[in-house]
Amino acid sequence: MANDPIKQFELKEYIPLEIGGVDISFTNSSLFMVATVVVTSAFLLWATSGRGMIPGRAQSLAEMAYEFIANMLRDAAGSQGMVFFPLVFSLFMFILVANMFGMFPYFFTVTSHIIVTVALALLVFFTVIIYGFYKNGLTFLKLFVPSGVPAPLLLIVVPIEVISFFSRPLSHSVRLFANMLAGHITLKVFAGFIVSMGGAGALGVAGAILPFLMTLGLTGLEFLVAFLQAYVFTMLTCMYLNDALHPDGH
Amino acid sequence: MFISQAMAAEEAAKSGGAFPPFDPTYFGSQLLWLAITFGVFYMIMGRVIIPRLSGILEDRHDRISRDLDEAQRLSAEADAAEAAYEHELAKAKSNAHSIAQEATDKAKAEAAETREKIESQLADQMAEAEQRISAIKEKALGEVDTIAADTAETIVAELIGAKTTKAEITKAVSAVNS
Repeated sequence: MANDPIKQFELKEYIPLEIGGVDISFTNSSLFMVATVVVTSAFLLWATSGRGMIPGRAQSLAEMAYEFIANMLRDAAGSQGMVFFPLVFSLFMFILVANMFGMFPYFFTVTSHIIVTVALALLVFFTVIIYGFYKNGLTFLKLFVPSGVPAPLLLIVVPIEVISFFSRPLSHSVRLFANMLAGHITLKVFAGFIVSMGGAGALGVAGAILPFLMTLGLTGLEFLVAFLQAYVFTMLTCMYLNDALHPDGH
Repeated sequence: MFISQAMAAEEAAKSGGAFPPFDPTYFGSQLLWLAITFGVFYMIMGRVIIPRLSGILEDRHDRISRDLDEAQRLSAEADAAEAAYEHELAKAKSNAHSIAQEATDKAKAEAAETREKIESQLADQMAEAEQRISAIKEKALGEVDTIAADTAETIVAELIGAKTTKAEITKAVSAVNS
């Protein structure tokens, strides 16, 4: 039972709450959301409290994160894209720290539940649609009509563009969710092999070296994936936001 | 196989048996708590952290560009000082050159003057000496006649025992001489 690779994704009610028939209990997921927010905010507040002209280590880290996201957003969406900087920065930090928290044994991975990643993806999706129409009016619909395409081809191209636009939240959220879920399951399965084989005599103990090495390697890989998926989610966010700003470009 | 057994047991034990990440029981809770936590996070980032960080970076950027400007100004100053120094050096060099030229010219002129003076002195002395030599020569030549006459008189007296007058002898000598 300890070997069940799915058990780590189960939600546990810490404080049961219910409003109008909807369960809004404070669960382990809620706890790690709060932990993510508190730890990240506390770190950034502390790191930037000195406002040093010459940054210390913590302040360098905060500045590095700032410039990393600022450059990503500016490259993808131009300098007008900077209006979305707080959103993009928050998304990146939240997902990154939540993913990293998930790497601790016995910790819960907030981003391994599809409802969370879907909510974040839909936040981006609706931001793009609302800001796109607010900023460009009906010109925003040019997004679905690429310039320089002959009229007969548009009959094919426009539906494709529409479908690809509306499938964005799906791919955006599933990519993050599936990566976190699959990575953690794989880790757990290989770690489970060590225990199972260890219980099967001397030969089993010797053989358990193999899944142990695999788990070691996978842990490193998972740290990379945790960062990379936060990066990819943020990068895609920047590109989608660019469509809201420049629907007739690119 | 251990895992699949455990999974089967787990699944059988649960009433719903849904895969937890897809279990809609807690969707409401997760959405609500995500909205609360992410909302708070967004506010903290947007209101405090980002203005602070951009302030820090802007200050540093300003400071660096100010320092660069200052460095450029100082560098220009140093260049100007160097140019002034070069100018002064060139002036001093040409001054020194002209002073040296002047001294050389003066020394040359003095030397020439001295030489001329000495040369003219030597020429005078030479002329005087020549004069003296010619006077002595003339005097000596004049005395030759007298000596010759005396000698001739003595010789004649010895040879012929006759007294000859001085006038005769002189006459004869000058006749031989000429």
